[in-house]
Amino acid sequence: MMNDALVLAVVAPLAGALLAVVWQRRAEAIGLIAAVATTVAAVRVLIAVIDGGALTQALGDWSPGLGIALRADALSALLLTLTAAVALAGSVYATRYFARGDARTRFWPLWLLLWTALNALLLAGDLFNLYVTLELLGLSAVALAALGGKREAVEAALRYLLVGLLGSMAYLAGVALLYAAYGSLDLPTVAASLRPEPAAWLALALMTGGLLLKTALFPLHFWLPPAHANAPAPVSAALSALVVKAGFYLVLRLWLDLFPAVLTPAAGQMLAVLGAAAILWGSWQALRAERLKLLAAYSTVAQLGYLFLGLGLLLPLDEGAARDALFGGLVILALTHGLAKAGLFLAIGVVQQRSGHDRIADLDGTAQRLPATTFAIALAGVALIGLPPSGAFLGKWQLIKGALSAGHWPWVLVIAAGSLLAAAYVFRVLGHAFGNRAYPNRPVNVAREEWPALLLGASATVGLGLAGGWLWPLLGGAG
Amino acid sequence: MNLSTALPGLIVLTSLVPGLVIFFLREGSHRARTLLNLGGATVKVVLVGVMIWGVFHEQVYETSWTLAPGLELVLHADALSVLFVTLSTILWFVTTIYAIGYLEHSPHRSRFFGFFSLCVSATVGLALAGNLFTFVVFYEFLTLATYPLVAHRGTPDAVRGARIYLAYTLGGGVVLLVGAVWLQLLAGPVAFVEGGVLYRLPETMHGDLKWIFLLLIIGLGVKAALVPLHGWLPQAMVAPAPVSALLHAVAVVKAGAFGIVRVVYDLYGVEFAAELDLLDPLAAAAAITIVYGSVRALSQDNLKKRLAYSTVSQVSYIALGTAIFGPLATIGGMVHLVHQGVMKITLFFAAGNYAETLGVHRISEMNGIGRRMPGTTVAFTIGALGMIGIPPIAGFVSKWYLGVGAAEAGDAAWVLPVLAASSLLNAMYFLPILYRAWFAKANAPWPDEHIPAGRWETTGALLWPPVITAVLALAAGLFAGAPYSPLQWAELIAAREYIR
Repeated sequence: MMNDALVLAVVAPLAGALLAVVWQRRAEAIGLIAAVATTVAAVRVLIAVIDGGALTQALGDWSPGLGIALRADALSALLLTLTAAVALAGSVYATRYFARGDARTRFWPLWLLLWTALNALLLAGDLFNLYVTLELLGLSAVALAALGGKREAVEAALRYLLVGLLGSMAYLAGVALLYAAYGSLDLPTVAASLRPEPAAWLALALMTGGLLLKTALFPLHFWLPPAHANAPAPVSAALSALVVKAGFYLVLRLWLDLFPAVLTPAAGQMLAVLGAAAILWGSWQALRAERLKLLAAYSTVAQLGYLFLGLGLLLPLDEGAARDALFGGLVILALTHGLAKAGLFLAIGVVQQRSGHDRIADLDGTAQRLPATTFAIALAGVALIGLPPSGAFLGKWQLIKGALSAGHWPWVLVIAAGSLLAAAYVFRVLGHAFGNRAYPNRPVNVAREEWPALLLGASATVGLGLAGGWLWPLLGGAG
Repeated sequence: MNLSTALPGLIVLTSLVPGLVIFFLREGSHRARTLLNLGGATVKVVLVGVMIWGVFHEQVYETSWTLAPGLELVLHADALSVLFVTLSTILWFVTTIYAIGYLEHSPHRSRFFGFFSLCVSATVGLALAGNLFTFVVFYEFLTLATYPLVAHRGTPDAVRGARIYLAYTLGGGVVLLVGAVWLQLLAGPVAFVEGGVLYRLPETMHGDLKWIFLLLIIGLGVKAALVPLHGWLPQAMVAPAPVSALLHAVAVVKAGAFGIVRVVYDLYGVEFAAELDLLDPLAAAAAITIVYGSVRALSQDNLKKRLAYSTVSQVSYIALGTAIFGPLATIGGMVHLVHQGVMKITLFFAAGNYAETLGVHRISEMNGIGRRMPGTTVAFTIGALGMIGIPPIAGFVSKWYLGVGAAEAGDAAWVLPVLAASSLLNAMYFLPILYRAWFAKANAPWPDEHIPAGRWETTGALLWPPVITAVLALAAGLFAGAPYSPLQWAELIAAREYIR
């Protein structure tokens, strides 16, 4: 009964996407219904995992290795729920954002397809299905990024497409190598027979390289800022909060579940170094950005850095409480960033539509004119800086602890500097927003437009932090 | 869920919930906002009354909430936290009345009172924090809640002051965070325990503990405005007067000083801290700050700026009392936590009244102001004389205990000249103001008189708060020997800290 939820989490958005193509006039209503159904399915998966541990469902009664198997453990269930929260908020927001024009009908099928790809990727249990979902995800993301139709958007989307294809090709080549060497695509089967030999090393390098390109880890991040900054607001939210996270999720899966036998300490060290560089470079660029959306996009580059820095610290640790704590910290960082960044992009979208621009220097008076939206930006900003009581604060606490216990003082300094730079770029925006200009004051202007961002920001800053005690046992088991 | 596990949490919620609701009120809903503000403040006063009684009779109050393994939010009532909670609760009540009067016709009141309530929630949470992690959480929360208050007016000056405030305090926050994580790595989750806990750690860790102490004190010293970390405080006085009043008397500066007290007494333990040779450098930093703040105050013509430098100096009396080994100095430092708050809030209320009623911002414009605004000026005079240390006002009691404590401690006799010099400097920067206010002749019309003298010299909501706090400052000195006075409570704390 509960396992139906696994299937539904993929089928509901897919069915919605198909119906929205066929029945264009009702696309919006279909989209909202599919969004609610998918969210219910995701929450049911999460509850089932909390109650009974990992779930598996083989489609069409084929045995693993031949058919398509859906799997959910704590990590994928949590990311599935994050996806649902962000996508549901984005859906409600989109009904207002795309109030006019033909983007209104073209948005929904692509949006639901993106959601299908995300869910399928999170639930896929073998290497080839992961490739298919990754490809589907990349293509729907590119189409959505180009939806605005402006010249810069299309250019950025084209670059995004090429980078995405290159990344998937590298990944596919790695999969083919593994299949040739070990004769299976099922994750646990391959992991069990993997030996340290050239084929495995090459596969590791190809697959990781492809994914790092898709995850935009410094210095492979060049494509991200223009693509994320020129997409429509709900799309930017999904790209920054979810799509890059999917790449990180695959890296986690591969490095923790598939390749441990062939990893060397130097590989982990390399991830940590690149992560640290991403934190500093991304934060610095965010501080220098002149437009809000570009700031948010560079902030994503920096936040991904924390995840890779954390993974680099985690790899040398043995099974045990310290590793579990660090893993929990990583996941809560990823979840917090997802909610906060989505909230931030939705709020920026409101500012952009209301003011006609998103130039930071000209934001004076925004706090008076759009108090709820400004508050949403502030809430999201608090989570991005990693101040308490946000989930990111708990995550950074674990990261600093991990770095200190390994004696890596430079990483402590990088985390501290990254937090201060984040504070600088967040409060540069808020400082302008608080600047004086008289406007009539109404707490909330349009509920559908402002509440999604506010709720996402609040759940990142307050919800995840306070729910930490309840999340943690789940995360400890997942590492 | 019974009273003993709910009470500390409820005390925080009595300002947190009204604050969050106020954000969503329309600008015009004056009555609902006032009701929420004063209702929350009243309930909080009652709950804190219950807690004082309970802690005196050795009841245990503790609310806890797990965030992650080893990271627990704990709100716990002990004698020290009750001292600080009581101070902030009473002064919040008075300041709320004052702020309602002060911001009568200005814009964005919902935003202001929302953050105002969050700021007090953070302060109370920090006062009740039962372990270092909880303290750090509320310490950062306080930083955030205060920023919009400092930037409230939205002028370039205000936004700049707020930015400087934030740069200092977030920087300090990160240092504090690293210190706290490091400490937890060595010692596990550390609770605040009277008499300290860290002396139990093996001697091999003592080197690390010294570094951690340095990190913690730097992190806390930013808010406590220890020189050279004090630069934000004079800039932050661009905030509206009720905010300055709360910032200087209760919330931010006190949070730093209170944190130093917690670290020295309830983490390290004062005897262990003395063994590690940590107290002398702290005392030296405090002494330098005391003198430096007073010297800088001398040359300020802007009244609020002079008061701000005076705060730099006065708050370090708390750190000084903490850093001198001996119960009498401890009592002096603790009691000053309350006394400085009551006196300084009086001074800032009065300064706000001058600005709001007559447009007077500078000391050079204050000639003859005593005749125009006698009530406010009497309150100001009591506060100023108390700061100098004239008996029988509260400030005298603090200085007396600090002085006797320093003499008693033997090798801390060098503190006596510092105290004497500081009192002299206090007199030098306060007495000329009093002279101008009472004896000089008013030379010109007031710069910008917008509340005419009617039945009272200004509106009631502005007049009564400083009068009330001035009476409190006087009473704390006159009745220092009475049960439940700040002094008696400080003696209770000292008795519990020196038990080991």
